Amino acid sequence: MTMEDSLQVHKKLARQDLFESEDFYGLDELLTEEHKMIRAAIRDFVKREISPYIEDWCQNSVFPEEIVGKFGEMGVFGPQIPAEYGGGGMDYISYGLIMQEIERGDSGMRSTASVQSSLVMYPIYKFGTEGQRKKYLPKLASGKWLGCFGLTEPDYGSNPSGMLTHFKDMGDHYLLNGSKMWISNAPEADIAVVWAKDENRRIHGLIIERGMEGFSTPETKNKWSLRASSTGELVFDNVKVPKDNLLLNKSGLGAPMMCLDSARYGISWGAVGAAMDCFFQAKKYSQERIQFEKPIGSFQLIQKKLAEMLTEITKAQLLCWRLGNLMNEGKATTAQISLAKRNNVEMALNIAREARQIHGGNGITGEFSIMRHMMNLESVITYEGTHDIHLLILGKEITGISAFS
Amino acid sequence: MSIKILVCITHVPDTTSKISFTDSDTKFDKNGVQYIIGPYDDYALARAVEIKESGGASITVLNVGLAETEPTIRKALAIGADEAIRVNAEPVDSFFVATQIAEVAKEGNYDMILMGRESIDFNSGVVHGMVGEMLGLPSFSPVMKLELNGEEVSMTREIEGGKDHLKAKLPIVAGCQEPIAEWRIPNMRGIMTARTKPLNVKEPVSVEQHVKTEKFELPPPKGQCKLVDPEHPEELIKLLQNEAKVL
Repeated sequence: MTMEDSLQVHKKLARQDLFESEDFYGLDELLTEEHKMIRAAIRDFVKREISPYIEDWCQNSVFPEEIVGKFGEMGVFGPQIPAEYGGGGMDYISYGLIMQEIERGDSGMRSTASVQSSLVMYPIYKFGTEGQRKKYLPKLASGKWLGCFGLTEPDYGSNPSGMLTHFKDMGDHYLLNGSKMWISNAPEADIAVVWAKDENRRIHGLIIERGMEGFSTPETKNKWSLRASSTGELVFDNVKVPKDNLLLNKSGLGAPMMCLDSARYGISWGAVGAAMDCFFQAKKYSQERIQFEKPIGSFQLIQKKLAEMLTEITKAQLLCWRLGNLMNEGKATTAQISLAKRNNVEMALNIAREARQIHGGNGITGEFSIMRHMMNLESVITYEGTHDIHLLILGKEITGISAFS
Repeated sequence: MSIKILVCITHVPDTTSKISFTDSDTKFDKNGVQYIIGPYDDYALARAVEIKESGGASITVLNVGLAETEPTIRKALAIGADEAIRVNAEPVDSFFVATQIAEVAKEGNYDMILMGRESIDFNSGVVHGMVGEMLGLPSFSPVMKLELNGEEVSMTREIEGGKDHLKAKLPIVAGCQEPIAEWRIPNMRGIMTARTKPLNVKEPVSVEQHVKTEKFELPPPKGQCKLVDPEHPEELIKLLQNEAKVL
């Protein structure tokens, strides 16, 4: 039996996804053995369940419904939620590593997971009653149910406080009207955590279940980005919502913003994953592609690109690690999270573009993941607070003056 | 019926590792190498977990190795083993490892002792046979199918040019290979519960060392590839005769 035969044993698992990560600054020493096991497990999962199919899903714009159950079985839904509700009971570094590894596979897949964890399970856990926690969280954790989060509206994106969706107290139920747009998971979701104004114009969270009369989720078609993740609208036409479905423990815009902090934290790790994948492929390609009788990696302009990529990835990894520790200590601020999300997503998008250049014409095909990452990241830089809005959050933090109110 | 399974795992370099040696080429250079559960052992473990899930079994995972192997052992616990034993010693050769396994097995009274058909570092592929001899138990390898029916085990073994279908009564020793089970990736819940599962460390029994490594050598590097014009196959014959000297 040779080493090569042994390699065959792994062939089924690895397929064409031969990804290996760089650890240029020895950051693994900052992780526990458990963190490393989590990262390796999710990486193996992505190589087995996502990488062999993702190009087809994206090219054909298919959301693979079966991935929801597989994510549930793997335990990527609600890693930060206590185990008694079906969550993972894990720390924020673990959560970040899970997001990094899934997005290394695809940003759309990561979107599905982070919406479920941070925008659906988190508010139910944080703001819900014990009854709501017990009713929804185990089903969401196991992937039996998929959830979505409704905050953005057609005319209220960066300015969610202007939202029009509202509900009226009808005595034994609430009557909900309005619509939400750009909602990840919407067309497939079993439940939606929806933010709407009461009669006093105060924002509250409501849990809406599929099948409630007057509730529909039309799909947003023809996206050039996140094509393996389903996106849609939430339409509420006189939906009767049981009073038990109101999230009681927090109201006001601060409540959905807390969810977004958690999700944006995951995105700052996820973006690093996408960048790592682009870098890995660019490095490999530059060593294999021959021009002028030598590998293109011999040329200074290619080396410059690769050196800058590795530099930016290393910086972003450190940012994530520090932010994860602040999250663990409960000290991370919205502005700190904005800084990481903004920096890391832009970094990843720039790296995807540079990696595309290194790949020449090949980079535009589905034979490589580069263009898919690049197109995905155009959404990632826009959702969960646009690139500019995060800049203004930082601007407000620095000057004490809000530029958008 | 709940049975007791001992799964023996190796702690071996990842299959993509770059191999080099130290100490005048007598020792493997561990520097910068990532370690994994031996792929064949991983199949044995996966089959044990399947048996546990379908009919009930308790799984003890065993590794002969120094403290550095504990992350690998924890992974086996995360995949589904209930407890672990580490025999605190450098696994110097097959006889040494087999002796340590047999010692643990004598105390534990296991119904099945599963391991990979061979490790992927030194690949001797004899430990299961030795353990069987030492314990006076039948041993089988390479087992690619294993079904449990009460006290009886049905196995399929890969042999030269065919398959060998066997039945045996518990207890047995088996060296496993694919497709005995589907490779397992630990899930998050498994990883979190692995924390609290017992990992007991035992000191080794002393064994006379039978094998001494004189020297390791890497295979010669691959030569340059020569392309022959398909219009001139006689060129190929010439090269094979004069350069490769194989004709």
